[in-house]
Amino acid sequence: MKPLALAPMFASVVRRDLTLALRRRSDALTTFFFFVIVVSLFPLGISPEPSILRVIAPGVVWVAALLASMLALLRLFAPDFDDGTLEQLALGPQPLVLLVTAKVLAHWLVTGLPLVLIAPLLGLQFQLPASALGSMTLSLLLGTPCLSLIGAIGAALTLGVRGAGALLALLVLPLYIPVLIFGAAAVSASTEGMPAGGHLSVLGALLLLAIVFGPVASAAAVRIALG
Amino acid sequence: MALNWWKYAAPQTFYPLSGRLAPWFLALAAALAAAGLYIGLFVAPTDFQQGESYRIIFVHVPAAWMSMFMYVVMASWCAVGLALGTRLSFMMALALAPTGAMFTFIALWSGSLWGKPTWGTWWVWDARLTSELILLFLYIGFMALHAAIDDVRRADRAAALLALVGVVNVPIIYFSVKWWNTLHQGASVSLTRAPSMAATMLVGMLIMALAAWMYAIAASLYRVRSIILEREAHADWVRQLPEASV
Amino acid sequence: MLDAASLECVRGQRRLFHRLSFNLPPGHVLWVLGPNGSGKTSLIRMLCGLLRPDAGEVRWKGEEVRASSDSFHADLLYLGHAPAVKGDLTSLENVRFGLAQTGLGADAHEAEAALNEFGLTGRERLLARFLSAGQQRRVGLSRLALGRSKPLWILDEPFTALDSQAVELVQSHLTRHVMGGGTVVLASHHDIGFVGTPVQRLQLGA
Repeated sequence: MKPLALAPMFASVVRRDLTLALRRRSDALTTFFFFVIVVSLFPLGISPEPSILRVIAPGVVWVAALLASMLALLRLFAPDFDDGTLEQLALGPQPLVLLVTAKVLAHWLVTGLPLVLIAPLLGLQFQLPASALGSMTLSLLLGTPCLSLIGAIGAALTLGVRGAGALLALLVLPLYIPVLIFGAAAVSASTEGMPAGGHLSVLGALLLLAIVFGPVASAAAVRIALG
Repeated sequence: MALNWWKYAAPQTFYPLSGRLAPWFLALAAALAAAGLYIGLFVAPTDFQQGESYRIIFVHVPAAWMSMFMYVVMASWCAVGLALGTRLSFMMALALAPTGAMFTFIALWSGSLWGKPTWGTWWVWDARLTSELILLFLYIGFMALHAAIDDVRRADRAAALLALVGVVNVPIIYFSVKWWNTLHQGASVSLTRAPSMAATMLVGMLIMALAAWMYAIAASLYRVRSIILEREAHADWVRQLPEASV
Repeated sequence: MLDAASLECVRGQRRLFHRLSFNLPPGHVLWVLGPNGSGKTSLIRMLCGLLRPDAGEVRWKGEEVRASSDSFHADLLYLGHAPAVKGDLTSLENVRFGLAQTGLGADAHEAEAALNEFGLTGRERLLARFLSAGQQRRVGLSRLALGRSKPLWILDEPFTALDSQAVELVQSHLTRHVMGGGTVVLASHHDIGFVGTPVQRLQLGA
C-alpha cells in the first residue's frame, strides 16, 4: 500500500464519480432529456415561423442549458453528503479544493458535455445557419463548465437543507446571468453574420475565473455544510 | 482605544449601546428626510423635459444607492464574521439584509412609477433597473438560505459565504447587463439618463441619500437588538432585562 | 499526542459541554460515553476537525488540527456514524476508493484480503446495495485492516449493527492498533472490552 500523490488522487475521484454515474444512468439521461424537452417547448409556445425561431434560438437553448445544469447540481454533492463519503473526502490529506474540482469535472462530463453535443442538432431545429451552430457549440463548451463550477457553490451551500431544489435556483440563477448574456450573444451574433469571437473570449475569461475561484468557494461551502 | 472597540463586539455590551444610539439615528433620518423632501418637492425647479414627474428621482436614486451600499456593508460584516468568528458580525449582516432588500424594492417600484408617465411603460429593461432586480434576488437568496438552515451557526456561515460570492459577482453581473443593454440599444430607453442636474436637485438627492442612510442604521440597530435577544435568550443578562420578562 | 483544551459545544440553546480537556498519549484509548444527545458525535467531529468548537482547541502533535489540516488528515483514520459505503459500487470498489480518499492506494489483493477478514468472502464483486446493513457496515470497517499506518483512529459507534463475531474482530483490530503505539478515540454505548490497554473514560451529559 502506498500513499497517493495529487494526480492519482484526482483521477481516482473522477473515476469513482464516472463509475457511479454509469451505474445509475437515469440521472444523466434525465438531465439530457429535460434539456431537449424544454427547448422543444418554446416553438410550441411561441411560433414555428423560421424567422422567429432564429431570433429566439440562442436564448432558448441557453436558458434550457441553465435550467438543466441547475437540476443536475442537486446530485453533485448531496448523495455523498448523505452516505458519509463527503466527510471522508474532507478528511483526506489532499486539499479539498482539488477533490471538489475532480467532482465538478466528472459532473460536467456526465451532465454538461452531452448538452454541448446535442445542441447543434437542436440548433438545426431552430433553422440556425451553419456558422451559428458552430458558435452555439463553442459557447456551450465554454459556458457549461462555468455553470457547473459556479453552481457547485450553490449545491454545497444547500446541502441537507429542506427544499434545496428551489433554493438552489434562487441562489445560483442570478450568478449565471453573465454566462447567459455572453453565451446567447455569441450565437445571436453568428446568426446575424457577425463575428462571435469577442463574446466567446469573454466566456473564456469567465471560465478561467470560475476555474480559479469556484472550487475554492465550493470547498469552503462544503466545510461549512459538514460542520 | 483599540480595547474600547473590542468591548462592543460582545452582544451583551452592544445591546445597551445600540439601544441608546438607535433613536438618535431615527430622529436624524426623519429630519433629513423632511428637509430632502421639501427641497425635492417644492424647491427644486420643474424639469424642462419631464415636468413634475421627474421628482420621483429624489426617492429612486437614494434608494438605489443605499441598496447597493448596504449590500457591500452586509458583505463586509460577513467577511469579518468569517475571518474573526465574532457572532455579532453575523447578526449585523442578518439585520442589514431586510432593509437592503426594502431599498432595492423601493428603487424598483419608484423606477417603475417614473417610467409610466415618462415613457409610457411600467417596466423598462434598463441596465440599472435590471441590475437592481438581480440585486433583489441576491438579497432574497441571502435571507432564504439563512432561514432554510436550522443550525444558526451554520446558517450564519453559509449565508456569509453566499454574500461574499455575491459581492464579487455584482460588478461582473452589472457590466454584463450594461453591455447587454447597449447591444439592444434601440429597444429600450434609459432611466439613468437623468435630467440635467440643477444644483438644488443634486443637493436634494444627497440629503435624501443621507436620510436613507440614517434610517438604514436605525432600522438595523433595532433589528440586531431583536436578533441578539433571540439568540442570547438563555444568557443571564438577557433574563434580567425588563423587556425579557413576559 | 491528541490534546483537547477547554472545548465547548453549544447546540441550539443548550450547552452540551464546556471546559472539556484531556491529554491522550500514544498507545492510549479514549472512550467517550454518554446518553443520546449528550454531544458524543459533536465531540468526535470536533476532534476530527470537522466541527468548529464554540470555544477551545484540539491539538494533534502540538498543532491545532484545523490549522495544520493536511498533516493531521494524513495521520487520521475516521469512521463516522454513516458507513460511508456507496450502494452503486461493489464492496471491492468501496474499499479501494474509500482508502484512496484517505490517501492510501490499496491494490485488489490487499482489499480482498481485508474484506475476507471481515467475513465478506464471495461478496467482493457484489454491489453494496445488495448487502445487508450489517454487511455494509463491515465493508466500511474493513478499512481498519488497512489503516495501520495511520496513528490516530477516531470512530463513532463502530459496533452498531454488528454481530458478536464482527464485534470481536473490530475489538481485536483496535487492541492491536493500540498495542502497536497507535491512538484510538471511540464513542460507544457498547462495552469496548479492551484488556491490558490504558483506557481513559470520558463521560458526557453528567
